Amino acid sequence: MTEPVLSVRNLQVEFASRRGTLRAIDGVSFDIAKGEVLGVVGESGAGKSVTGLSVIGLIDPPGRIAGGEIRLSGLRIDNLPPEEMRRIRGKRIGMIFQDPLTSLNPLYRIGDQIVETIRTHLNLSEQAARRRAIELLAEVGIPAPEKRIDGYPHEFSGGMRQRVVIALAICAEPELIIADEPTTALDVSVQAQIISLIKRLGRDHGTAVMLVTHDMGVIAETSDRVAVMYAGRVAEIGPVQDVVKNPLHPYAKGLMGAIPTLAGDDKRLVQIPGSMPRLSAIPRGCSFNPRCAFAFDRCRVERPEPLPRGAQSVACHLYDSVPTESAA
Amino acid sequence: MLAFTLRRAIQAIGVMIAVGIISFSMFRFAGDPVNQMVSMDTSGAERAAIRKSLGLDDPVIVQFGHYVANAAQFKFGVSYQFRLPVSQLLLERMPATLELAICASIFAMVCGILMGVYSALRRDTWLAHAFQAISLIGVSLPTFLIGILLIYLFSVTLGWLPSFGRGEVVRIGWWTTGLLTLSGLKALIMPSITLGLFQMTLIMRLVRAEMLEVMRTDYIRFARARGLTTRAIHFGHALRNTLVPVITVAGLQFGSVIAFAIITETVFQWPGMGLLFVQAVQNVDIPIMAAYLMMVSLIFVTINLAVDILYTIVDPRLRSTVSRAH
Amino acid sequence: MSEAVVRHKVEDRGSRAASPGWFRRTLDSDLFYSFRRSKITMIAAGVTLLFFLLAIFASALAVQNPFDPAQLQLMNSRISPLWTADGQSPFLLGTDEQGRDVFSAILYGLRISLVVGVLGVLFSGALGILLGLTAGYFGGAVDGLIMRVADVQLSFPAILIALLINGIAKSVLGNRLDEMSMLGVLVLAIGLSFWVQYARTVRGSVMVEKNKDYVAAAQLIGLPAPVIMLRHVLPNTMGPILVIATINLALAIITEATLSFLGSGMPETMPSLGTLIRIGNNYLFAGEWWIVAFPGLALAALILSINLLGDWLRDALNPKLR
Repeated sequence: MTEPVLSVRNLQVEFASRRGTLRAIDGVSFDIAKGEVLGVVGESGAGKSVTGLSVIGLIDPPGRIAGGEIRLSGLRIDNLPPEEMRRIRGKRIGMIFQDPLTSLNPLYRIGDQIVETIRTHLNLSEQAARRRAIELLAEVGIPAPEKRIDGYPHEFSGGMRQRVVIALAICAEPELIIADEPTTALDVSVQAQIISLIKRLGRDHGTAVMLVTHDMGVIAETSDRVAVMYAGRVAEIGPVQDVVKNPLHPYAKGLMGAIPTLAGDDKRLVQIPGSMPRLSAIPRGCSFNPRCAFAFDRCRVERPEPLPRGAQSVACHLYDSVPTESAA
Repeated sequence: MLAFTLRRAIQAIGVMIAVGIISFSMFRFAGDPVNQMVSMDTSGAERAAIRKSLGLDDPVIVQFGHYVANAAQFKFGVSYQFRLPVSQLLLERMPATLELAICASIFAMVCGILMGVYSALRRDTWLAHAFQAISLIGVSLPTFLIGILLIYLFSVTLGWLPSFGRGEVVRIGWWTTGLLTLSGLKALIMPSITLGLFQMTLIMRLVRAEMLEVMRTDYIRFARARGLTTRAIHFGHALRNTLVPVITVAGLQFGSVIAFAIITETVFQWPGMGLLFVQAVQNVDIPIMAAYLMMVSLIFVTINLAVDILYTIVDPRLRSTVSRAH
Repeated sequence: MSEAVVRHKVEDRGSRAASPGWFRRTLDSDLFYSFRRSKITMIAAGVTLLFFLLAIFASALAVQNPFDPAQLQLMNSRISPLWTADGQSPFLLGTDEQGRDVFSAILYGLRISLVVGVLGVLFSGALGILLGLTAGYFGGAVDGLIMRVADVQLSFPAILIALLINGIAKSVLGNRLDEMSMLGVLVLAIGLSFWVQYARTVRGSVMVEKNKDYVAAAQLIGLPAPVIMLRHVLPNTMGPILVIATINLALAIITEATLSFLGSGMPETMPSLGTLIRIGNNYLFAGEWWIVAFPGLALAALILSINLLGDWLRDALNPKLR
């Protein structure tokens, strides 16, 4: 098997606050292969965005990566000096943020912003960069790109602006694109177009995509694999069909709206009772245990580690029949 | 764009009319022009003749019309103190005030922006804290005290710089300039700093606040995610976006700088319009006061208008959508 | 929503519910807490209080009445401060040209500066609140006129307006302008220069309250709406007005000092700190720095403390001022 484009191992991210250190990400691991789309799903505050930001090295103080490693095609990038990390951002990792309305500098023509990014990373002349910018705009589906290149962001609609943002993210042919809720701020009618654009670009260029969203529908449509995050951990990860059709983790079941066969009472679990704990009050043991219908004593004491289960991997004691032994 | 400019222009004319009424009222009612022009033993008949010749018996509205018509041609009457046309007096002193105000503004802009950017980007350094302290003192110290302090330090104690006047000036047409001689330049230093200090602290605080605000925006985060260099982000993106409101404020402040020059010119005995105005107030020279008010108002209104137009040029969002205020 | 905003909202509601106890309650709670936490603010408050006490007890603390010619002796002129080689007791900060004790002169000058400043703030506050209420209550053309004047005036520096009013008063009153009426003119000039902010704040609050049901209800049972509104509007705007008043006190004192320095303020027979600085400035070149330095220092310290107090008050009360 070839080396994955992105490999995250046991990532830990901490935020120092007045009341002590809060652990936003606690032991997250996953891989993304070339051309693969990994969906990362979870409630807000589950640590999806923080995971994305730590990969691209944009965790701002008081936050910091406290442990684990992040490798980009084998190169360890979580501890690179700021200047080297900067060279990787935009060149080898592209990022798309949630709100295209605020992602672009309102005072610069979009062409200038694209050319600036291209010339930061690639050794191109002004004219060559401009030609490439027009190609990129055409590729992301902006009509009459040679004219629109001189437009200002406010002259574009939300969907068009998100296309510009995507063009900016891919302008140096990155190996990995991190898309953080790329469709949340858009009209429903535009969402599908943007999703299929991201998918197409990933396929055409063999780019690995990390798609962060809280929308299972988007994941099901786009992703090859999906990671379900809860309170700073990966609850379950696996091929998207498997996780959607047969979620293992009780939280994933709730998220899919699936009806568990184990329990007699069907309707109660369609909606997960309670809400995700705050970072300052994460319960002992499995962080999901207060909301879990299947929680037993061990869940309140011991933290579950990820267990492989077919193509899936799940962090839940329910699937660990022999407590002391690894179920490999 | 055109409608916007037009509306602003109409507003500006409204303000000028209001100022004209105040100025005219001062001229006409605050001091009796006849009393100021004649000696004690002028007879009643002569006074009446002068009244008539000045048009003071006409209906007030007609007089106001005359006043405005004259003012439009820069005819503001004759100074009581100097017995010279006010417009001539103002014109003689205008270069001194404008040179001072421009130098002060440049000083304020350059230092204010540099200090503001520094204290926004290096927030917790001792120098940034020092800048903050300076800005508080700059706001709290009255202008004239700063001037006196500078004079004591650099003129009385060290003897480096002249304490009053413009030094040697060169005459170019009707304009006189102190920028071409060494003594003129030396004479400019302290008054410019004194006058510019308050604006400098204002600009510094504004730049710092705006810059911190801009650094938190999504497009700066996205610029970082695109891997742009720190320099390009700070000085290309953040600073440019910061400068839009700063230009507005600094531009609007230029009128205030000219008005505040009254104090600086008094401290340094700078032969400008401000000093002329202060002397006019002391000696109740109403024509000069009225004319100065008109002049300064005109400058204010023109600058406001210019800044509005400039703003639309700097910020492309305003070019197409004119109805929005921001 | 941030914690501060929440707190502000809560305070708002509290003040509306129980207007009589508002001031006391605020003093008991957050305000006093944040006051105790800021050392600089406590020092500033101490210095401000000290200046007020010095001004009130000026005649008891001064070694002489510096403006009673009978008490001045020319042989005592130009004595340098006590700690210098030529210093003489009891002239702590030295004497001026006429043998006037600088320390005593500062005490008396401080008194004038503070009287003009406080009266100026009270006058501008009263004028601003009245015009704000009028504009907000009547709306329409009255509102348009008042606010237009406010807009125009705000774009002109206060010092220019004050100088103009001063000049007009001089020309109208002519020779009848004695010390006390000069003081009155200064208060008038400052009041007319600084009313705009109060008016805007009060007007905004009136506009909000005007459409509320209780005003209509009060009118139904025959209570005059303006009275009812006043009782609700004023407690709500108390915080912002207090902040504006504090910052304006510093501005008023600066304005008075500047006018006096320019020779259009208090005369030398009844000088304020600004007048003292103007007099002292003439002796700077003769090396008699103390005649100008100490009044200047007093003025700077006074303004700085009031400004610090105002900054803290603004942050603590968190009204929506810029």
